[in-house]
Amino acid sequence: MVEKLLVNPIDCAGHGACAELLPEAIALDEWGYPIVDPRPLPPSLKRDARAAVSACPTLALRLVKSDP
Amino acid sequence: MTGLPRLLPPPEEKKHSQHLNAHVGKHGRLPYRDRAGTLIRDIESAGLTGRGGAAFSVHKKLQAVRDSAARRHRVPKVIANGAESEPASDKDATLLWLSPHLVLDGLQLAAEAVGADTAVLYFHADRAHDVGAMLSHAIRERQASSLDRIPVQLAQAPASFLSGQETALLNHLAGGPAIPTFTPPRITERGLGGAPTLVQNVETLAHLALIARRGPRWFRGVGTTEEPGSMLTTVRGYDGQPRISEVPLGVPLPTLLPELPDNSAVLIGGYHGTWLTGSQARELTLANSSLSAAQARVGAGVVITLPPDRCGLAEVARVVRYLALESAGQCGPCLNALPRIAAALAEVAAGRARQRTLDDIERWSGLAAGRGACRHPDGTARFVGSALRTFAAEVGRHRNGRCAAAATEPFLPVPRSAALASSWRS
Repeated sequence: MVEKLLVNPIDCAGHGACAELLPEAIALDEWGYPIVDPRPLPPSLKRDARAAVSACPTLALRLVKSDP
Repeated sequence: MTGLPRLLPPPEEKKHSQHLNAHVGKHGRLPYRDRAGTLIRDIESAGLTGRGGAAFSVHKKLQAVRDSAARRHRVPKVIANGAESEPASDKDATLLWLSPHLVLDGLQLAAEAVGADTAVLYFHADRAHDVGAMLSHAIRERQASSLDRIPVQLAQAPASFLSGQETALLNHLAGGPAIPTFTPPRITERGLGGAPTLVQNVETLAHLALIARRGPRWFRGVGTTEEPGSMLTTVRGYDGQPRISEVPLGVPLPTLLPELPDNSAVLIGGYHGTWLTGSQARELTLANSSLSAAQARVGAGVVITLPPDRCGLAEVARVVRYLALESAGQCGPCLNALPRIAAALAEVAAGRARQRTLDDIERWSGLAAGRGACRHPDGTARFVGSALRTFAAEVGRHRNGRCAAAATEPFLPVPRSAALASSWRS
């Protein structure tokens, strides 16, 4: 089991807080919507990823367990 | 093409084919199994795949709904999807009009296979016929002759491109707008009213009804080993008129389209599909194993040749504008990318494009694909990317202010977008 970031694109309103807090795994496109690194999240980024998840104003970002 | 058509009546039977007596006379009554799981095994041996576009294995979906129902102690629901929201397709409407009882048989048999107590037939309005009245009459007749074991409700799909998308369909049946929702969980787990839900295209159910009667070996009598059976296609040649024919999977594309000069263009799979050149298409067959080499898929069986006197770029720009307007506007990348791509394609078609315009289209297509709740941005990006490859020479000519087309009236069918009638969320 690995952990991955998952955006609900309907809930996401492009606030961009996630990219501020986790630039290692999240970039913003030219309209401000997140482009998430599809690879499993390295354990060293887990703390920042949780912060990004809790900072999302629309609760659109989740950290999900998945098969590698 | 031995034994075809299977689903549609031969011309001499068309007048009566929608009557229950004619149907039962030809196909017999419903072969209910009364033993759980046996039909699912037959469908697995037959190798039937969904005919709505995704070609997903039907037995896997049936089994998933059955398993989820057992695990969660919930009675599942079954939905026949005849929304056919692809404007270039007409095969589901034709099937429902000419062979409604085959679809309704399939709906009952699929319901029995998964243990469902509710069935819905989701259909679309048709300019030529009152489909709803005919179907409700058909359903009443079946109940009167005790053919059906569970009641069938009718629901009409709104006229929008996304209304047939599975989550949009569920959203609509639950009383919401016919726009997609974000899955997971899968609808085979939690669909209509939270119950495990089976959604199958109407043509898929008609095949299922025949496999239940005649068996998997009969089904495999046409098609290829990997992709067995037949499928309904909507073919439009130079005259633009849709011709519905049932063909074996794996049929060479030149059999469907006699006119395929090298520099012609062919659209496979509709407005989420792929453009190919005539010389590419001549080497391919109507099977995913063949088409995948050209990044194309069979989809719901739409095959169109563009007449040589039309401008492919103008056609593509018009279709993409429609697709942009049909976006539900829920997901940022789709909402932003599609109208920009459409506007840029209009520039290309008008001969006003610079290299930057083409670079923008490519970048925006990349940003749209894979980032929506549904596959609308992905399908649109595929349509656009393949068009720019196939019409590359035309793009060059347009940049020098020339266009090879003589005719200017629109060729590809594009309905007036519902989004234009109300307001365009931008």
